[in-house]
Parts: sequence; structure tokens; C-alpha cells
Amino acid sequence: SDNDCLKLVEYFRAQMRKDPDMASAVAAIRTLLEFLKRDKGETILGLRESLKWATDCLTGEDSSVAVSSGGELFLRFISLTSLEHQDLSRCKKVMEERGELFLEKISMSRTKVAKLCHTFIKDGAKILTHSYSRVVLRVLEKAAAEKKRFSVYVTESQPDSAGRQMAEALRKLNVPVTVVLDAAVGYVLEKVDLVIVGAEGVVESGGIINKIGTYQMAVCSKAHNKPFYVVAESFKFVRLYPLNQQDVPDKFKYKADTLKTVQNLSEEHPMIDYTPPSLITLLFTDLGVLTPSAVSDELIKLYL
Amino acid sequence: MADAGEPEGPERKDDIVKAKQEGKELTKEEKQRLRKEKKQQKKSKEKKDDKPSRDSEKEKKPASAASPAPQTPTQPPAQKAPSAAPAPVPVPASETPSAADKPAKSKAELKAERRARQEAERASKGKKGDVGPQAAPGKPKAPPSELQPVVKRLPEHVQVDNPEVLKKLAKKLERQQTPEYNAATKVKIPLRSDYGYKVSLFSHLHQYSRKAPLTQQLGIPSTVIHPAIVRLGLQYSQGIVAGSNARSVALLHAFKQVIRDYTTPPNEELSRDLVNRLKPYISFLNQCRPLSASMGNAIKYIKKEISNIPSQCKEEEAKRKLLNCIDCYINEKIVLAAKAIAKYSIEKISDGDVILVYGCSSLVNHILCEAFEKNRKFRVIVVDSRPRLEGREALRRLVQKGINCTYVLISAVSYILPEVSKVFLGAHALLANGYVMSRVGTSQIALVAKAFNVPVLVCCETYKFCERVQTDSFVSNELDDPDDLIVTRTGTTQLEHWQEVPSLGLLNLVYDVTPPDFVDLVITDLGMIPCTSVPVVLRVKNVDQ
Repeated sequence: SDNDCLKLVEYFRAQMRKDPDMASAVAAIRTLLEFLKRDKGETILGLRESLKWATDCLTGEDSSVAVSSGGELFLRFISLTSLEHQDLSRCKKVMEERGELFLEKISMSRTKVAKLCHTFIKDGAKILTHSYSRVVLRVLEKAAAEKKRFSVYVTESQPDSAGRQMAEALRKLNVPVTVVLDAAVGYVLEKVDLVIVGAEGVVESGGIINKIGTYQMAVCSKAHNKPFYVVAESFKFVRLYPLNQQDVPDKFKYKADTLKTVQNLSEEHPMIDYTPPSLITLLFTDLGVLTPSAVSDELIKLYL
Repeated sequence: MADAGEPEGPERKDDIVKAKQEGKELTKEEKQRLRKEKKQQKKSKEKKDDKPSRDSEKEKKPASAASPAPQTPTQPPAQKAPSAAPAPVPVPASETPSAADKPAKSKAELKAERRARQEAERASKGKKGDVGPQAAPGKPKAPPSELQPVVKRLPEHVQVDNPEVLKKLAKKLERQQTPEYNAATKVKIPLRSDYGYKVSLFSHLHQYSRKAPLTQQLGIPSTVIHPAIVRLGLQYSQGIVAGSNARSVALLHAFKQVIRDYTTPPNEELSRDLVNRLKPYISFLNQCRPLSASMGNAIKYIKKEISNIPSQCKEEEAKRKLLNCIDCYINEKIVLAAKAIAKYSIEKISDGDVILVYGCSSLVNHILCEAFEKNRKFRVIVVDSRPRLEGREALRRLVQKGINCTYVLISAVSYILPEVSKVFLGAHALLANGYVMSRVGTSQIALVAKAFNVPVLVCCETYKFCERVQTDSFVSNELDDPDDLIVTRTGTTQLEHWQEVPSLGLLNLVYDVTPPDFVDLVITDLGMIPCTSVPVVLRVKNVDQ
């Protein structure tokens, strides 16, 4: 079974390499679909169990919230149909078809989000964003394609300097971009008109889990009365409900290899933080433009 | 309509009278015909009024809003005799036959009644239909809008300072009768009178004294209200049974006893008659102590179950089914819900937590005991307030389990809050706009906790969710006996003669509402939801049913 785990992880990594622009959750779901096709289980329950095991395997490789939420939603989506055929292979076929449908839907999700959000970027706007987010990049691409003129401030986002990657990508689009220190967020906020960030996970309360530094940015933008927008696909909705920063489970806070190797987690620095819903103005998802209190409504529809 | 029915009426009536006299069981057809005739007679009487069908609707709307049960006067044959149908303003010839039947009433009285009706009609125009089940044979009524959110305006029984409304309420209570074919035994539910001076902001609410329970005004033997219900009413009004869950469970058990002792009268169907039998009991209980939201939901459920009994069902089987339904309801909505909520809450309790609780909520106590059994290390701070001092009961239960507890009064809350990591509160009801209605003092604690950035968690079962909307604690509340405030810890009673001081009023509030901004999380048996998602749960529940 360890061997199988390794094979899964290899496939996952291969998918990520093939298309670096793809979200890690989408790659995970592709892997799960492939796993389903190859699985030789005899019962539906066994199938579900092995899918859960596969999701755990993948979270061991990439510990982001999106992988775990994407896996759970995939499982729910495919089993949400009537599986009353006598024949197991027929059931499996149905599940596979649903899986393909799910994959297709979520591949379109980034485009849908971009279509919704780019109208909120007015001509001459100054935007602040945090770290490297492919969804935000897609939104800014769409806005640039609509011939809007705007400039972007990106935070460096230590410890992995992902912000510089974002700045590179934006320069290729001919968008004027400035990289600022994480500590300079308060300083720069009076110059910007709006703040757009991505999310790794959207929680039940309507808050988000994102790269560390997002919470600070949200608090500052609230103090300056600037709108704080979040762009996220719907497979990132997760059934967590953190009450504060400490309440976020450890398995999401640190990178996967850190969790495996390090003994004392309190000496490690967390990679993500939690932004409560009171600081968020709007969320742009492929289900529509939502207020933070509507997220719970959508979650109930997705999960119940 | 009445006229169309007349020609056949008399013949069929003869048949039925004959059948009755022969002691035969009426067939279903005959029963229906009998009912139709009664309806037609009532209609023909009321048609002769100023306002024809609107009258029945009007009488229904305020009455239906007043109690969870819709008022549908299925008139027993007693009303065929000259009875309380009010005589109207001089209207052409058709008046004369009815005028002959009606009892003599003075013109002034009639005018006053008509004015009261007009007021009620104006008030009820804004209301949408009752969401409650239409148990009895329906007179034309606004269809219950169950799919759209129902906005209920203030029910008229909570307008105690409006004398016309009071008069109407008294009349309604008089008119509530157990449908017996001989009009000899009529239930008279006495009207409880208010006690003492009421603070002007709350003068629209009732304020009763515990020393004058409603049962003193009932005659002995009170054969018309079931003794289990009388006992329950007394337990409510004296505060022996207190707490939202306890009251609902006691109510359901009393109803089980009523159902066990019930026998269907010869010409009626169980599904209709039993509901009518329950109505005076519910009014009686309401007079003893205003019904809570959870009790209202339980009553709605029972009425729905009763009216869904198929008519060909035998009485024994129907009773068994009903008893079973009630047991299931208690089990699912209260017992199992508590287990589910405990399971979710334990995830939120971590080792080293300091948890603050207020008053005595059976659910919160259950959660803390469960968490303690699962070996979580935490300690509890119990906050208490006068005059009920319910926190002592909670303290007793927790200390018995072995949980480390501290006890403070509510005046010390801002002193101990810096030590607290979480606040767990119980709820009496969750309103449709996300407000939490709970024991008075809860919103104070939530406010202070918010100021100290301490997360506030409310635990509430879904059967306590109600479709009412309220933004402040004034519009609908309960006033307890003001004499409770007189006695202090040292036993001195300086306020003993408060009634003699004209400028002094004592206010003993029971509930208050907490806005959703102060509540971080609501734990229900469906899972953990934010406070603003209560209408979503209500919608999902309505769709399920």
C-alpha cells in the first residue's frame, strides 16, 4: 500500500509538472479520478474507503487546504447520484462520468471568477495583492485584456518570496507593478483603491485561510476603509470553523514535509493564517459574487 | 351559498336525526353532510352581518396569531340555537328572521364590538397567513405561506394596555368550548388578571403574581380541563418546571396522557376533534405562563401529526401512532440532538481552556459533562444573576462531576473575562434574523466578551428555531412576578411596600435578545453554522417537511 501511495504521488507530481498553471487541487482531483478508474474494489463502500485513503495520501504530499477540500467535494459529488444499479461496474461507470463532469466544471471555474471580478477593477485603479495567486493573476489578465489601465502593488510575501514570481508574471502582461515589503502594507494602503487576494480555503464562517500576512492586510484595509475582495473557486470551500488563529488545525498550517520531519511544531513558523469574515467585503467564486454570510448558505447546499 | 344548500338540507337532516336516534354510527357521508350543514348555518348567520365572510377570517387572524393554534370555530349544534352571533346594524328585510333569534343586546355594546372588530381587521390586514397547520375543516382562510418567510406581526394578545384587545381576548376565551353535542359542559378558561404597577416601556405585556395561580379560579372538579394539564399549568406558573427543554418535554408528556385518556365522541373524527380538544388546554397553559418558542414548535408538530391520521384508522391504532410520534419527536429533537451537539462542541474545547457559562442551560451542562468524560482538561466559570440564581443549579451539577469551577455574579463579568478563553451560552430560541433570545443577562455577557475578543458560542437544537423576527427585547418578552425582587440576601425587605409608592415600579424581565454580531458560532444538531445562517436552516427544514 505504501507502493501504491508512491505511485499516486508520482502521478500527482506529473500532473503538476505538465501544467504549472493548474491549481494543486485540480491536479489532485485528476489523480483521484485516475485512481478510481484503475481501482479494483468490489464494493461501493470499499471504493469510498480507498478514495479517502488516496486523498489522505495526497495531503501527505501537499498539505494545502484546497487539496483536502477538493478531495472531499469530489467524493461527495460522485456519490451524490443514485447508485442503484445491480452491477458494480455500471456504478463505477456512473461515478467516473460524474468525476469527469466535476473536473470539467472546476476547470472552467477560474474563467468564471475572472469574468465576475474584472468589472470591479475600474480604469486607473491601484490594486494591492498578496503573494502569488493564479486566480488573481487570471483576473488581472482579463482586466488587462479589457483594455483597463491599472497598476499593482505586490507584497514580497516571505519566507518563500512568492510575491516576486507574481511581479514577474505581471510584468509580462505589461502591467506596472511594484514589489513592497510585507511590513510596508500599512504604509502603502493609503495609495491603493482596492485589495484583491486569493484564498487557499474558504471556511464555513465566510472567512478565508490564505498565505501568512493576509490577516494583517485585511485589518489594515478595514482601518483604511478600503474594500477587501477575495477570489476563490468553489472547490476550496471547506467544512472548518476556526474561532481564531489558534483554532486552525496544525495539518494545514505547515508544509507537508515540515509536519513529517519536525518534532516540536511550536518552533516552526506557520505558512497560513485565518482572516475572519468581518474583514472581508466580497468573495468572488464560480457560484457567483457572495457576501461572507452567504458562504454558509452555499456550503450547506454543497455538503448537505 | 346558504340558500343553495337549504332545499336539500331539511330532508337530509331528518335522515341524520333518525340515525342518531336509532343509535347507529353515522357513515362518513352523513358525518360530512352534518358538518356541511353546520357550516352553512354558521355562514347564513354571519352573512347577515355587516361584514360577511371577512368576519370569520378576522376572528381567525387575530386569534390565530394569538395562540399557536388557529381558531376555527367548528360550531357544535349548540350554535343552531340562538347564540352569540352579534346582531348588526339595520340592514334590509333579511335581517328580521335573524333579529328574532338573537339575544337582545344594547346598541352601544354592539357598536363597541363592531369597532373592536374593525380595529382587529385593520391590524390583521398586514398579516400573512398562519404557518400553523389547518387542522379543522377550513373556512376560507389566507393560504399558509410556508415557502416564503413568514413575517409575523405582534400578536394581539400581547397588547395588554389596549382595552379593546383585552375585551376580545376575554370573549375568545369564553367562546372556546369543548365540542360536546349537549351544550351543558362549556369550558370556561378564566382570564388571569395583571398584578401591580407595570413599567411603562413594558406595559403591553402581562405581569402576573405567583401567589395568584390561574388554578384558583377553576371550579372543582374541573372536569373540562384534563388534570394532567392543570397540574402542568400549575408547575409552569410556580416555576417548578423551568427551562426550555424541560418545559417542552413536560408538555409533550402531558399531551401523551391526554391522548391516552381520549375517546372519540360518536359523531366526530379523531383527527379533527382531538385538535379542537387541545385548543382550550393550550389557551389555559398560555395563561399560566406564556408559551416558549420550543413549545410552539412542538404543538405545531403534534397538530400536524393528528390531522394527518387517516380517517379509516381505528381509534386504538391512531392513539398508538400518536404516542409513538411524540416519543420519536422527544428522542430525535431533544435527546439525540443533545448528543450530536456534544460531539461537535467537544471539537471546540481544547486542553487548558477556561470556559464561561451563564445560568443553567441543560444543553451546555450536558456538553461540559461529556467533554469532561472524554478527558478534556478545562475549568469552568459559572456566572449567575438575581433573582433566579439558576447558576447555583449548574454549579451543583458540574461540581458533582468533578469539574473545576468558579462562581461569580454577573457584576464581576468584566473582571474575570481576561482569563476566559471561550464563552458557551444556551438559547431559549433562535430568531429568523439571527438574533438569539435567551435568559436576561446573556446579551450583556456577549457584549462584554466581544469587547475582550473572546469567542462566543451558542448551543441550540434546531427545534428551537422560530420564524419570528425581533430586533430588541421590548416588543415581546415576559414579565415575571415583581415581588421576587423584594427579598435580598440578608433577608431584609426594604422594598416590601413598593406598591404604596406611586413613582416606584419593579421590573423583573425574563428574556433578552442578542444580536448576531456578538455571536461567533452556533452549534446545532445540523453542524456548526454562523448566526446569520438561521434562515437557511429554517428554509431547509421547511423544504424537508
